[in-house]
Amino acid sequence: MSTIDPTSPLRRTALNATHRAHKAKMVDFGGWDMPVEYSGLIAEHTAVRTAVGLFDVSHMGDIQLRGPGSLAAVQHLCMNDASKLAVGQAQYSAMLTPDGTFVDDVVVHKLSDNDYLIVINAGTRDKDIAWVRKQIGAMPNIHISDYSDYYTQLAIQGPKAAAALAKLTDTDLTAIKNYWFTYGKVCGLYNVMIARTGYTGEDGFEIYIPSDEPTSSRVWGEVLNAGAEFGILPCGLGARNTLRLESAMALYGHEISDTINVFEANLGRYAKLDKGSDFVGRAALAAIEAAGGPKRKLVGLEMIERGIGRDGYPVCTVAGERIGQITSGSPAPFLKKNIALAYVPVQVAALDEVVAVEIRGQLVKAKVVATPFYKRAKKST
Amino acid sequence: MAYPADHRYTREHEWISVVGSTGIVGITDYAQGSLGDIVFVDLPKVGDTLEAGKIFGSVESVKAVSDLFSPASGTVTAVNEELKDAPEQVNADANATWMLKLALKDAAELDALLSAAQYEAFIAEETGH
Repeated sequence: MSTIDPTSPLRRTALNATHRAHKAKMVDFGGWDMPVEYSGLIAEHTAVRTAVGLFDVSHMGDIQLRGPGSLAAVQHLCMNDASKLAVGQAQYSAMLTPDGTFVDDVVVHKLSDNDYLIVINAGTRDKDIAWVRKQIGAMPNIHISDYSDYYTQLAIQGPKAAAALAKLTDTDLTAIKNYWFTYGKVCGLYNVMIARTGYTGEDGFEIYIPSDEPTSSRVWGEVLNAGAEFGILPCGLGARNTLRLESAMALYGHEISDTINVFEANLGRYAKLDKGSDFVGRAALAAIEAAGGPKRKLVGLEMIERGIGRDGYPVCTVAGERIGQITSGSPAPFLKKNIALAYVPVQVAALDEVVAVEIRGQLVKAKVVATPFYKRAKKST
Repeated sequence: MAYPADHRYTREHEWISVVGSTGIVGITDYAQGSLGDIVFVDLPKVGDTLEAGKIFGSVESVKAVSDLFSPASGTVTAVNEELKDAPEQVNADANATWMLKLALKDAAELDALLSAAQYEAFIAEETGH
């Protein structure tokens, strides 16, 4: 996580006044003054699972690489195989340290053969940009731009997200497949990137609009109006966290960090060691594989006795010997269970294995379950 | 929000009302509002001894755990079992939802607590209104 200077004021997105006008509860997230909830976390979480929710995620960062050398640069920087991307396609990936641990997880978008957009986390923005410049700044034929402050990024998520957004654009949203994007006119704005991506486990879109306050608040209002008939709610970081946890999606500083490697985090399927070009961290990953794989693994836990296992709580054997730790844990508002992601030794990482979570001095039983905890029903829109 | 005048209040946002020599304890509307949706209430057992100012349990929202501090000393005589399965009752009406009852050791302890007016002033200061 980036270090926060306690003497500097919190950063704000263009919608800060809008959130405050909604009477949102605000919180410091990675140095940003962000809404954690508006009407209530459970209501917001439920809206995304059953209808549609709207998030301001403008605090996230945007790095654009342009030039004939940009694919080579992305391939060197990120572990997934960007050469497999078509124009208009995106992929989940990560930037690794030379040890095969995480600098950050990212989504790489191919805008054109010479143009890639990498969306990065808010809490790691400054660190990531410095890393990118250091790793690929000397590579030929590329120009690196930090466009983070140019965009207001809105996430519209839920089974009714497409129906709501369709009222605001002539772009055929049914033609955009999952993890693909296009450009279109949205709320009267030309060339808005419309991406079928998100961090909730539901169908949904992320749109990137100009970050001036009048445009941002106008579009925010129009999305809420368009979604009103479906029951849209503005949603904060509280629901964002419980939604991504139910979907077992990683959060930097919790499931992934610079002390956790790709295989431990269960993200090996996104690391293409055989993609034909070297990337930072590749050699370390190959060595870990050759040595028999990781010694600990990220697993899903479901509390089976009464209690809530939370971030940082120790995981123990039933007898009480500490063996691991919860990275993210919370009640799951939609599943109505108490769930967690945790690192445990590979020997106890099997499904149905029973462990104990230390909750304020008490051992409370949990069992290893499959992830994701929640999977949306596959259906056509 | 008018806080019941016949209750006394702690700075940790618990309330206590007295019926005979029994104290009835809950948390305030301000507390439930700050917590958000309450999903879990951890209370002591009947027969447990509580000490004024000491932690006797916890209340959890989705996002956080909050300790509960006892307004008075005594022995627990009843616990609201409904809160096990319906903790959200506390959000619905905190000022009227009891958590436990205790046989008070010393009713004079309540004199040290805040009156409704003092509590309202206290939270006004906390929220900067």
